[in-house]
Amino acid sequence: MISEILFMNGYGLYVWSAFIFTFLSFASLYVIIKIQYIKEKNRFIAKFGTLNSEKASSAKSQSINKEILYNSSNI
Amino acid sequence: MFKYFEPNKIFAITSRAPRYILLLFIIILSIGLTEALIFSPEDYKQSHSVRIMYVHVPAAWITLGIFSSITFLSIIGYIFKIRNFFLISKSLAPSGLVFNIIALVTGSIWGKPTWGTWWAWDARITSMLILLIFYVMYLLAWRIYENDNKIFKVTSIITILGIVNVPIIKYSVDWWNTLHQPASINILSKSSIHVSMLFPLLIMTAAFALFSLLIFLMKYNTELIKIKNKGLDRL
Repeated sequence: MISEILFMNGYGLYVWSAFIFTFLSFASLYVIIKIQYIKEKNRFIAKFGTLNSEKASSAKSQSINKEILYNSSNI
Repeated sequence: MFKYFEPNKIFAITSRAPRYILLLFIIILSIGLTEALIFSPEDYKQSHSVRIMYVHVPAAWITLGIFSSITFLSIIGYIFKIRNFFLISKSLAPSGLVFNIIALVTGSIWGKPTWGTWWAWDARITSMLILLIFYVMYLLAWRIYENDNKIFKVTSIITILGIVNVPIIKYSVDWWNTLHQPASINILSKSSIHVSMLFPLLIMTAAFALFSLLIFLMKYNTELIKIKNKGLDRL
């Protein structure tokens, strides 16, 4: 059963390489986009930290900024 | 109507959605892979190599769908000056590009045991390669230009030129003698694919669509945070 799934009548190399290429591409894209997201979020948090209290409270009045600081997904 | 889709209003949803979509993607993909690699039957002509269809065809469908969506959003965005539509288009493009590469590479792998060659300058394959060039040009335009109006204009032109290629890809198998077989799945008429193969194909398509939605949301959130970073500089 397992060898049949692996070798697939001699087509296993083609089938598995197509599936592996697909999921390696998925993983690479996911990692690249996630790194971009984390970098941008960290840059926002660092910039927010340098604001004085007046500017910080003005920035916090926008709900999207609060979301980025506290609630945005870790994914 | 467009005001309901303003980034400030929907960020609370778009920032939380990816974790649920990732979970759903893993569940659907697990079902799809089990069906595609274990339970679906082998083809009477192509034997097990037909299983490559379960990654090749959904990738091709989704890359075409994404390019069509990007074009539609760019045109509407340009006419009505809706910046958010360009942001959505930009966020869709990376997954569209990757699905295009997957369709070409898995098609090439499928071609070797089926046609005896990795590559042929067949109408369908060549038009898919042209689509890839349009994706690259679209993404490069976002990197090269800095002025927003210039970017919106150039990307709209690229998508309008590129969309001409989409019906060519779709009907290339009918218009020319190609190595590709005619479409097995038709929305308006009876499909020639057996249900035992259609079911895993649809499940894998759903999984790939969820993955592109996941990547789109992550990229869209990144772009929104980038805009907010610029906003903090102006404070």
